[in-house]
Amino acid sequence: MDLKLKIWRQAGPTAKGQFVDYDVHNISSDASFLEMIDILNDELVEKGEDPVAFDHDCREGICGMCSMFINGHPHGPEKATTTCQLHMRKFKDGETITVEPWRAKPFPVIKDLIVDRSAFDEIIQAGGYTSATTGGVPDANAIPINKENAELAMDAAACIGCGACVAACKNASAMLFVSAKVSQFALLPQGKVEAKDRVKEMVAKMDELGFGNCTNTYACEAECPKEISITNIARLNRQFIGAKLG
Amino acid sequence: MTKIDSKIPAGPLAEKWTHYKEHQNLVNPANKRKIDIIVIGTGLAGGAAAASLGELGFNVKVFCIQDSPRRAHSIAAQGGINAAKNYPNDGDTVYRLFYDTIKGGDYRAREANVYRLAEVSNNIIDQCVAQGVPFAREYSGYLANRSFGGALVSRTFYARGQTGQQLLLGAYGALSKEIKRGSVKLYTRREMLDLVVTGEGKARGVIVRNLFTGEIERYGAHAVLLATGGYGNVYFLSTNAMTSNGSAAWRAYKRGAWFANPCYVQIHPTCIPVHGSYQSKLTLMSESLRNDGRIWVPKNKEDIEKVRSGALKPKDIPEENRDYYLERRYPAFGNLVPRDVASRAAKERCDAGYGVGNTGLAVYLDFKDAIDRLGKEVIKARYGNLFDMYERIVDDNPYETPMMIYPAIHYSMGGLWVDYELQSNIPGLFVGGEANFSDHGANRLGASALMQGLSDGYFVLPYTMQNYLADQITVGAIPTNTPEFDAAEKAVKDRIQKLMSVNGTETVDALHKRLGLIMWDHVGMARNKEGLEKAIKDIQALRKEFWEKVRVPGSPDGINIELEKALRLADFLELGELMARDALHREESAGGHFREEFQTPEGEALRNDKDYMYVGAWEYTGDDKEPKLNKEELKYENIEVKTRNYKTA
Ligand SMILES: Cc1cc2nc3c(=O)[nH]c(=O)nc-3n(C[C@H](O)[C@H](O)[C@H](O)COP(=O)(O)OP(=O)(O)OC[C@H]3O[C@@H](n4cnc5c(N)ncnc54)[C@H](O)[C@@H]3O)c2cc1C
Ligand code: FES
Repeated sequence: MDLKLKIWRQAGPTAKGQFVDYDVHNISSDASFLEMIDILNDELVEKGEDPVAFDHDCREGICGMCSMFINGHPHGPEKATTTCQLHMRKFKDGETITVEPWRAKPFPVIKDLIVDRSAFDEIIQAGGYTSATTGGVPDANAIPINKENAELAMDAAACIGCGACVAACKNASAMLFVSAKVSQFALLPQGKVEAKDRVKEMVAKMDELGFGNCTNTYACEAECPKEISITNIARLNRQFIGAKLG
Repeated sequence: MTKIDSKIPAGPLAEKWTHYKEHQNLVNPANKRKIDIIVIGTGLAGGAAAASLGELGFNVKVFCIQDSPRRAHSIAAQGGINAAKNYPNDGDTVYRLFYDTIKGGDYRAREANVYRLAEVSNNIIDQCVAQGVPFAREYSGYLANRSFGGALVSRTFYARGQTGQQLLLGAYGALSKEIKRGSVKLYTRREMLDLVVTGEGKARGVIVRNLFTGEIERYGAHAVLLATGGYGNVYFLSTNAMTSNGSAAWRAYKRGAWFANPCYVQIHPTCIPVHGSYQSKLTLMSESLRNDGRIWVPKNKEDIEKVRSGALKPKDIPEENRDYYLERRYPAFGNLVPRDVASRAAKERCDAGYGVGNTGLAVYLDFKDAIDRLGKEVIKARYGNLFDMYERIVDDNPYETPMMIYPAIHYSMGGLWVDYELQSNIPGLFVGGEANFSDHGANRLGASALMQGLSDGYFVLPYTMQNYLADQITVGAIPTNTPEFDAAEKAVKDRIQKLMSVNGTETVDALHKRLGLIMWDHVGMARNKEGLEKAIKDIQALRKEFWEKVRVPGSPDGINIELEKALRLADFLELGELMARDALHREESAGGHFREEFQTPEGEALRNDKDYMYVGAWEYTGDDKEPKLNKEELKYENIEVKTRNYKTA
């Protein structure tokens, strides 16, 4: 395949960025999107130019590191797929593809397509865990958990923390991310003990870091590569109200 | 020969760990605050250790390459984690898990360490459940188990096909809790480029590069823990994450830490086959699939031609024309033989001309029988995400046509040498997780790496490091303005400068791919003397070429991904040679190390216990000098050493 790429290039956090056009040729339709960018970068390096900086690591759709905004969608147009798992067969020969970083105030651009997502770590630090310390816990089978709740907890826990939900949202809301963690614990007996403090502290941190409000447009759910459901947001809201009431 | 003291406690096997804990030194709570610990890595081993040490009250600084601790390579583990809980009542015990691990490792692991691992395995599951890890459950509400290779019991706990993710998020939660409490300080996007060893020979700090600013930073501490993962990426193509590297361990080696059994790497039998030269990594299809999938190739050469060209569909090949070669060769374990055995058997069939796919380097993994027996929904519930991943990459639907798979580099059993306390031969340098050599001998069983990482991190290192640190409370903060730090920092800066100034014509990846091919061809699934000698020469030549021709554009001051890769490759080019040397010296076949000269008439690995029942711990002696081999003899007092047999139970 031959493709035209419009890629956001930005030298540093305070530099002014711009789109730069590149042509790539003879790309196999079996290549992944990132392998296509690798090929471009090899060519740039051979010419002595600075390659396009982008985040990636596992290339298996699980680490949440890759984060490209492709043709107007976080992780590109294919449903339930991270950038690293997106394959070129999903594009047409000769197509122009636009690639940008996540755009959201709490995720500042560091270079080219790399953004700073440490805000997500800060939200988790605010309470996204049980406080069990190492040792001194009961036998794993001491507390049976009904299968349905365990499965729902796992659905929520599948979040990879990539930030596509924030990038998809016109308000840059982190509600889907926060609700997934809150839900996982709300559904499990181990998480119930600290449920009230958890939801209050995580929501407060999210607000403090400048993430926007949720106005129920559901773009987050539509773009989430792990198909995290917005029913988690409803659960978060119930938990939050419950916690506020005491 | 140096006499190696692995500090195994006295007493009966089952009491050694208890005995150790009863007699070890502890640091009183008020004094813990005076002790600084550096942890490199936030995978299962590093994340769990940093969190647990923080909980105890030590001052912990933890470092990782990625933008968040949650993204360490452990996140990608799919299939599960072993423990000797015996919840299914199928006959498991701590001893049996210990036995299976030693046998699976082809009698090349240390008894006392492996027993301790089996012993604490149950605590890991308890801990993870308390953290809210959503393990798979039965309708009763109790935990579910499945089977992995090399075991006759079901002892593997799992969270769909995302076990590593859930366990890592558990450890990340614990770590985040300690970060909030202030006991742990987190440094992301940092890469350790050197270890600082003081004049008295103690590990006292690290030199790291800030991957955002390019700055070279110094950190001092009373002890350093490396939990930096495995070095499978020396082969370029592997199932490891892109930034997985051998550099932290290699830099420690060059500062005097011994590198043990570097030739023991694991080749995983079920990965998506290679399809193009632009390919950046290989994708694993979890071993759990072998619970329900059957592996086969066509029996007749005529069918091979036809399936390769697409004229015949695999599902149209009748039963009698299929060769379920694992079930044929290993009736007792069938499709669930250990990985080294399954990988070699696939290679044997493909080398004999029975491989499928357009390259002839693939075998089938077929779910038809399981789907007929259990229904598609059950299979989907068990492996849905793996099937989806397969389809996304290969563009083929595994519910309808068998998967095609081939072995790929997956895991490194070798690593830095550690004693019973997981301390290297450099006092104050501890090593955990895949980065150490410890528990898996010459072959690791499936679902045992997660177990080992968490065992090291939650339950072993918080004890053993304390034993070391007990007499450090009067030392005071470790200064970083010393000649040792100056020299280490200068060495790092000089190395970077040297790389930047080559200004050659070859990209890092192009050179890395060439190293990968040398390694795969000669230090891969089958090795022989001639090939290994050639590999050593070829690697030396390639290393020379690298330093003459590599091209690293841009500047070292700021994000420079080519520079990061070049630094890692420079180390792989040295480590690869040591791996070949180790493989050459070990004139036997054991586990993942298969020397063609040493095999039984049926093609099984032939060990030489008389001459090689030891850990080979290599010592650096200088850049152009041959490394020195130290041997730790292995003694089996609680297990009868036998030829591995997976044909009969
Ligand atoms: C695809 C796949 C599936 C697997 N499935 C299973 C399974 O089902 N069951 C099982 O038991 N095992 C499995 N394994 C193996 C297992 O996942 C790993 O062995 C294990 O997770 C390693 O954990 P670790 O903590 O030692 O290191 P890692 O998780 O690799 O973490 C390494 C850490 O060190 C950091 N680091 C590395 N170098 C540096 C440096 N120079 N400076 C600073 N930081 C550094 C990294 O940033 C990272 O934080 C699988 C492996 C793969 C590849
Ligand atoms: S690179 Fe890990 S999710 Fe894409």
